Amino acid sequence: MTTTQPRPTTRAPRPDDGIRQPRVISFSQKLSKWDLRFSPYLYISPFFIMFAIVGLFPIAYTAVISFMDWDLIRNEGEFIGFDQYIWILSQPHFWTALRNTFSIFLLSSVPQLVLAIFIAAVLDRNIRAKTFWRMAVLVPYVVAPIAVGLIFNAMFADQSGFINGILQSIGIGAIPWHVEPFWSHVAIATMVNYRWMGYNTLILLAAMQAVNRDFYEAATVDGAGPIRQFFSITLPSLKPTLIFVIITATIGGLQIFDEPRVFDQAGRGGSAQQWLTITLYLYDVGWGQWNFGRAAAMAWILFIIILLIGLLNLIITRTLVRDEGLRRELSKRQQREQAKQARRALKETQA
Amino acid sequence: MNSRALRRIGLVAGVATTSAIVLAGCSGGGGAASGGDENTLTLATFNDFGYTDELLAEFTEETGIKVVHNKAATSNDARANFFQKLGKTGLADVEGVEVDWFPEMMQYSDLVAPVPEDLQGRWLDWKEKAATDAEGNLVAYGTDVGPQAICYRADLFEAAGLPTAREDVAALFPTWDAFFQIGSDYVEKTGKPFIDSANSVLQGVVNQLEIAYEEPDGTVVATENPDIRAAYDTVVDKAIPIAAFPGQWTDDWYASMASGEFAAMLCPPWMHGIIEGEAPDIDGWDVANAFPEGGGNWGGSYLVVPANGKNVENAQKLADWLTSPETQIKAFNNAGTFPSQPEAQSSADLTGFVSPYFNDAPTGEIGIDRANAITVTTFKGPKYFQYHDALGNAITRVFDGIEDKETSWNTWVNEVGSF
Repeated sequence: MTTTQPRPTTRAPRPDDGIRQPRVISFSQKLSKWDLRFSPYLYISPFFIMFAIVGLFPIAYTAVISFMDWDLIRNEGEFIGFDQYIWILSQPHFWTALRNTFSIFLLSSVPQLVLAIFIAAVLDRNIRAKTFWRMAVLVPYVVAPIAVGLIFNAMFADQSGFINGILQSIGIGAIPWHVEPFWSHVAIATMVNYRWMGYNTLILLAAMQAVNRDFYEAATVDGAGPIRQFFSITLPSLKPTLIFVIITATIGGLQIFDEPRVFDQAGRGGSAQQWLTITLYLYDVGWGQWNFGRAAAMAWILFIIILLIGLLNLIITRTLVRDEGLRRELSKRQQREQAKQARRALKETQA
Repeated sequence: MNSRALRRIGLVAGVATTSAIVLAGCSGGGGAASGGDENTLTLATFNDFGYTDELLAEFTEETGIKVVHNKAATSNDARANFFQKLGKTGLADVEGVEVDWFPEMMQYSDLVAPVPEDLQGRWLDWKEKAATDAEGNLVAYGTDVGPQAICYRADLFEAAGLPTAREDVAALFPTWDAFFQIGSDYVEKTGKPFIDSANSVLQGVVNQLEIAYEEPDGTVVATENPDIRAAYDTVVDKAIPIAAFPGQWTDDWYASMASGEFAAMLCPPWMHGIIEGEAPDIDGWDVANAFPEGGGNWGGSYLVVPANGKNVENAQKLADWLTSPETQIKAFNNAGTFPSQPEAQSSADLTGFVSPYFNDAPTGEIGIDRANAITVTTFKGPKYFQYHDALGNAITRVFDGIEDKETSWNTWVNEVGSF
């Protein structure tokens, strides 16, 4: 097609076409037009530019490096395909780390959430010095994780530790916190629980405060005790908040690093990888052995694991709370069924 | 002002903020570049090299060059920083490197400026040998070394019927066999552990081997090396039964040192400060001028000058000055870092040094003797740390009863296979 041909008119000619003045567009008009068209994008662009720099680029760069044998110092690498992924999946340490990560995650999230709900329920009641107690539960969250690690390490030391001292004095033997995988997980989970319980408590407390007080009044009139009220009113109303808390706890739990890192001086997860977690292993491969290709591949594997667990979480919680957003008593199918019956009934009456 | 003008201002503001953010994001990567003008040098060390502000002021007085000293808290922090910036920009003009990660740095010896030829021969020959690359260039300035001796508790030795005088104790440990024999007798008699940790013995034994895990040409011999297997067997069979802990630096280890539960430790000079600091209330400590089978080095550092620095020549001057025998003696007085220069070892400051905490032991003199007793330099390849750490874990597993001797060795062999 050549450009000299007249442009085909696609719109129907209007009655006033002939008398229209030729349009003269001044620069300022143009500018204001551009302004209208592009400014909104500019206004929202800072976030996307920041995200591209600090979010998207590192993710993509990690993906590239994960396929290369990368030399960080000379900043060069050789493409080797999926070798690093295969290497990681064939490492016994990786599977131990996966086991530890899940074990620590379960040992921390489950008791943490149960206790957080319980404490939130207590704080939700009309107690004296409410604000003081509510602020107090958040204090551990403010403490730096390294400080938590140092304090808990002194407490969980195998021989000189405070906790073993108590256990021995009441006749239970000392627990080998730094030897047995299970006990090391318990110790680490305790640090996690200490730090995050208050945070979750406050979120759940906020959700509880939003529950309509009339429900409780009505329940009291009906003769339901506090326990029945908790299980029949409070807990069901918490569902959406619980989903949020569970998902953030899952992501945080799978990325656990600080607490196992400070659990001993070397920070490499123990002599038999008792408390080696995936992020700890990733850090050791990356910054201990300077193998950034493998570390990048591991980061992607962790990303995929979190994605899968997140999806699983979503599916489970959505089936649990299907009735939430619908605001109708009947399901769609039941409604359709009813409508069909109504139509049939109408037809019958007409006939 | 009409709305159109306002909008235009908005447009400009939008562009400005966006570009400001982009620029900020880009410039953030530069990090702390080395000092701008010719007359300022940056020096990066970790822990305590003994380079006080007064000491660096002397250099400024002599040369007119100012020195900005950045101190990292731990050797690990310094290591991470060093390797992230090596080959790029942002390193200090003179950088401290610890022997533990020195072999890793030697892989990139072309990225640091070599030491001028006329300085060669300043350091102990094994200290220089470890810092010489494949082309025969000396690439690092030695600061301190860690010639090991044996620290012991005179009071506990007396209670166990062992000799207590420094000279008599030194005669007890000519070989590892003798050392373990005394140890097991002590354990039998008192029921208490003799030494602090099994892994420190592994460190001592491996540091006496010429070839440990890798050969100088890069061949990995870790699992086939009979010396390593022998070291493992010795430590598992003989050191574990007399040791209080599998490794050092745990909370229990510190607590035990403070309460004085074990009778002896393998100790390089830098360990003296740790013992003194952790166990101020124990007064039986002394140092014997002895180490099984001769000598052994544990720890110490180097200074290097990154080749792409802005003031390489001045930086070399600073590194030269800091590692000169005279300055090194001053650093020893400041922080107890034992000099690696033979000339420094004839200084009266060093030979006359006594440590009041260690029962007035002449630790300066002992250090010199122990340094001279070192005849073997272990070749440490780039993965030395990984191999050694994993073998240490194998010993810890046996100590803790997680795996038996053979299983733990096999686990190590498998682990090494994946490096």
